[in-house]
Amino acid sequence: MKSLIQPVIAVILLSMTMPLLANDLLMVRTSQTFPEAMLALQTSIKEHGYNITRVQRIDVGLTGKGYKTDKYRVVFVGKPEEIKYLVDKYPVLAAFMPPQISIFAEEEDTVLITANPSIYADMIDDEKDKVIFRRWESDVYSVFDDLRNAAAE
Amino acid sequence: MRMRIYIFLVALLFSVNADSAPHGDQLYVTHCSSCHGLDGMGGVGVPIALTSFLNSVSNEFLKKTIRHGRPGRIMPAFAYLSDAQLVAIVKYIRSWSDKPAPVEDTTTIVGDRKRGQQLFTKYCIRCHGEDGRGGQGTGVTLSRKRDLPIIAPALNNPGFLAAASDVMIRDTIMLGREGTPMTSMLVAGLSEEDINDIVSYIRSWQKSSIESIQMDRHARQEPPVIVMDSPYGLDETVENLKQAIIDQNFTLIRVDYLEHGLVEEGKENKKQVVVHFCNFDFLFHALAIDPRVGMFLPCRVTIIEKDGKVQLSTINPKRLSKLFNNQELDQACDEMYGVYSKLLEDATL
Repeated sequence: MKSLIQPVIAVILLSMTMPLLANDLLMVRTSQTFPEAMLALQTSIKEHGYNITRVQRIDVGLTGKGYKTDKYRVVFVGKPEEIKYLVDKYPVLAAFMPPQISIFAEEEDTVLITANPSIYADMIDDEKDKVIFRRWESDVYSVFDDLRNAAAE
Repeated sequence: MRMRIYIFLVALLFSVNADSAPHGDQLYVTHCSSCHGLDGMGGVGVPIALTSFLNSVSNEFLKKTIRHGRPGRIMPAFAYLSDAQLVAIVKYIRSWSDKPAPVEDTTTIVGDRKRGQQLFTKYCIRCHGEDGRGGQGTGVTLSRKRDLPIIAPALNNPGFLAAASDVMIRDTIMLGREGTPMTSMLVAGLSEEDINDIVSYIRSWQKSSIESIQMDRHARQEPPVIVMDSPYGLDETVENLKQAIIDQNFTLIRVDYLEHGLVEEGKENKKQVVVHFCNFDFLFHALAIDPRVGMFLPCRVTIIEKDGKVQLSTINPKRLSKLFNNQELDQACDEMYGVYSKLLEDATL
């Protein structure tokens, strides 16, 4: 019986935070300015236990080449032991690791977008490991909720 | 006792998923606002809070648009939302207008298609494109001037044709859409008969059911990565790749370890290398087509040495483009697929 309770609790908790069927892309818009949203994103990512491995300044690169663009960054995130485990076991995932979140300004708002981690789960067979991506997905929803809540404060 | 807990948890699960009185405002924020804006005035997606738009489309049109989306034109199909959730979202969108929703009229408009084609070519093609393929770019982000409120919709899109009635199309052509470049064609000098002919021509683009088109689009699955084995050692392969990147007119951004930033500097796995590079012209073009695509940029190739074998891999742009439901992006990603394949080939020759 004990073995049944834990999965049931997990399903309940996941169902409370996710749409019934997932989108391939996860997006959120916040009324925060770009710097505010970027700070809130970085704070929430760290609070969820992930490292920010790099921030790619797409806008700076484009502007440097003479293109006009609004603020646009790509944030690379991951947990060391999980990335190491997944890349070692599933070479097909190496090209996608660590995962990225795009953040860009849209007039006064800021938009964030990332691939639903479930698309990585579709690339592997081991059901036990797919749980990792379901947790990542849940964490993305939670991070995006943090941004919505930060904007509401 | 444990059985009671189990029964309670299962009951809780069903109560959580029970769809009691969905809140349109919350559903809109969750599913729509990231593209259409918190106030409905557009962004990645088109503005839907325009008074002239809301006053000319029925609730059925809005519901069908959300349900079927616009295949290949960014707007996804929200097949997983319940009917009650769709109604709630539409009710919320409708709250932006103080006028009641037009009642859907499904009367078939009869006209002369051939004559309609001639009139379409003369009056409509400049904005709506050849064969009604619509304007390029997305919403107001990056791809176009922010003072332009809307891009011309793709009238040949199966999602549009499934959602719009003949009468809605006719009324839009007759009256125009205030606040957009769409002007009244009656004012422009066309007769009602002319407009019926154009409607008939537009309707002739509807060939298959929307469901079959959506299934066909999802059926074409590409492998997620492009992979190539290298006959060279890790270092030599990295150098070959760097040279291939330069030869293909890309800018080499950096070479680092896959574990950079994940572990303490100096303790990374030295057998896992990532080469980042960019063609800024292509990047700018891609972001103009779809600003969301940046989450897979800049371009990168991962090189891993394992058990004495060296393998290069990169994302397959053709697979990724399917995530975005953007036909324009599909074309750019097809081009990028060729570039990536050539880079990997050159590095392993």
